Amino acid sequence: MFETILAEWPRFATLANAAFLARAAATTLALSAVGVVLGSLIGVAVAVAGRTRAGWLRPVRLLARLYTELFRRVPFLVTLMLTFYLVQASGVDLPLAVVAGVTVTLIAGAYLAEIVRAGLAAVHPNQWEAAATMNFTLLQTIRLVVLPQAWPLILPPSFGFFVMFIKDTALASQIGVIELTYAARVLNNKGFSATLSFGCVLVLYFALSYPLARLGARLETRLAGPRHPRP
Amino acid sequence: MPDLVIRGLDAHYGATPVLSGLDLHVESGATVGLIGPSGSGKSTILRTILGLLPPSRGEIVLDGRRVDYAKPAEVRALRERVAVVFQQYNLFQNMTVLQNVCITPVKIRGRPRREVEDEARRLLAKVGLADKLSSYPDQLSGGQQQRVAIARALALRPEILLLDEVTAALDPELVSEVLDTIRLLAREGMTMMIVSHEMGFIREVSSRVVFMADGRKVEEGPPARIFDAPQEARTQSFVSKILRH
Amino acid sequence: MGYTFQFGQVWPFLPRLFDAALVSLQLALLAFCGGLLLGTAGAAIRTYGGAWARRAVKLYVTAFTNTPQLVQIYFLYFALPDAGLVLSSFTAVLIGMTLNAGAYLTEIQRAGFESARRSELEAAAVLGFSRLQQIRYVVLPHAMRVLLPPLSSHFIIMTLGTSMAAVFGVEELTGEALTLSSQTFRSVEVFLIVAGFYVALTLLASLAISLFARAAFRVRVRPL
Repeated sequence: MFETILAEWPRFATLANAAFLARAAATTLALSAVGVVLGSLIGVAVAVAGRTRAGWLRPVRLLARLYTELFRRVPFLVTLMLTFYLVQASGVDLPLAVVAGVTVTLIAGAYLAEIVRAGLAAVHPNQWEAAATMNFTLLQTIRLVVLPQAWPLILPPSFGFFVMFIKDTALASQIGVIELTYAARVLNNKGFSATLSFGCVLVLYFALSYPLARLGARLETRLAGPRHPRP
Repeated sequence: MPDLVIRGLDAHYGATPVLSGLDLHVESGATVGLIGPSGSGKSTILRTILGLLPPSRGEIVLDGRRVDYAKPAEVRALRERVAVVFQQYNLFQNMTVLQNVCITPVKIRGRPRREVEDEARRLLAKVGLADKLSSYPDQLSGGQQQRVAIARALALRPEILLLDEVTAALDPELVSEVLDTIRLLAREGMTMMIVSHEMGFIREVSSRVVFMADGRKVEEGPPARIFDAPQEARTQSFVSKILRH
Repeated sequence: MGYTFQFGQVWPFLPRLFDAALVSLQLALLAFCGGLLLGTAGAAIRTYGGAWARRAVKLYVTAFTNTPQLVQIYFLYFALPDAGLVLSSFTAVLIGMTLNAGAYLTEIQRAGFESARRSELEAAAVLGFSRLQQIRYVVLPHAMRVLLPPLSSHFIIMTLGTSMAAVFGVEELTGEALTLSSQTFRSVEVFLIVAGFYVALTLLASLAISLFARAAFRVRVRPL
């Protein structure tokens, strides 16, 4: 096994292959980052919708609830294929990476809505009450009072999802997005051994995920500390 | 000049009645002290006036106009004129002292920031916190936080100020600093409703005292009569228990 | 736009989807049980083991939780033959999922082991309890309260993760969906129905888990 890798290495370690893999790694990272950033916007919107009280917004609340429940109960691959075929059926010509990005966004939105909901709920009710008695609207309350207090609770798990989607977007290879996993298959098809192609990509995934996971863990302990130490 | 009348007010927490058939009049410049055992509904009156707990029956009339709590616009209009200070201060934890006082006048009511900040500095000086402008609530003692909360309420330029057990969460040595602030307001003629367990203070500062029990008004009158010559048996037993402490 | 949904052609294949759902469930259960064994051993070593053994387990956990399960399975399926070991697709997926689950379940159970170790000490103080009784009445209920919620959530995640098997041609739900969509050309409808299957499957699993947790350990869980 190692002899074959050693034998292949000179042919494998070319600038062209390195550039190809770097681009693929960037796509993997971008899919996850864009998905989680856009997903967090959806997450906040959905979580805020869940806090409304007005009677006429009931359908919106139901929809928000349905969205978070359903999208967390369907596999990444199925949501991906569904998005892919829906885009195809609607006749819109979208790049495959965008289809995958939309999928990550939709799924991340559902999970992050749950995170944001929990974050908002963790802010003491007396903060909501004080804002209400001073005529803050729901959006003003959330923007000025609640979110600034909730983000230390929201950020670490959101970052965790970012790291998680680095791995989950491996499935985007199935619709032909040229990210890391797809790159491994291309290299394998070019005649490099599976051990080398997939092994190399495993190492690259690790190199992306591990430092970010550690950073996330540090972020969590940092944010968990007291915010305003007494002077 | 504000004039608040409460007539036949009922309120419920879920199915539990917390106020029944309450009548109360807070005329301009009055300081009405609300006393009574825990759970007698004193704080609930304040919450109901503010629309945090909608009344299930009866009416609240401000300057001769009945407030319809089903209409958000009417609740908003009332909250423009009535401010509250909570037992737990409820200061915004993510803002400094100055920001806490300025946020509502500036962001919600759209007054010029410069003018509001000047006023906030004056108010904070008045409550003795001129040197804490850029502190965060969690860096202050309970008494300091409560005085910030009072300054925040005053910055709203309320016509009526509701004070809900504002000293109950404080250590005994911090109580007097908050009470001094309220005394000052009473002297200036601020219209107030004060829920408190500080009987000596209520007696001193109130123009009228209301004794409540089980969600009902039991007795109402000038402080001297309620504390020295209560007419009702329940008031007598409550007052005598308090005085024996 | 202007897509007209035609579910009519898909309904006759419903029984096949039910069978496929059973394959998904089977895969999830097998991998979860295998992962639970690995994870228990891993957590035990990380709690009680020697320095080198602990380090080895940590390496295993770090390696498997920081790389995609899909690529792990790819590696097993395509690279092991280089070393002379050929696996069927189902076996490769099952082993891959088991190894992956083992890593995550080691992490999850470590918390339970830590808390069990503490409660064991407390339990030792309780006079008149045999060792077995201590475990039955003190250690296990305590550990279960800590462990059941994350374990059951991971089971749901794994149930969804079985869809990866489709990539290797296993005829579970997603694999069957791919087959059906190429047979009927009603891809959107097929995948909508299959999405519904997954929702139902995970809802049922959640329900079963919370009933089981309440009956067996008096623990309230609401996975996912």
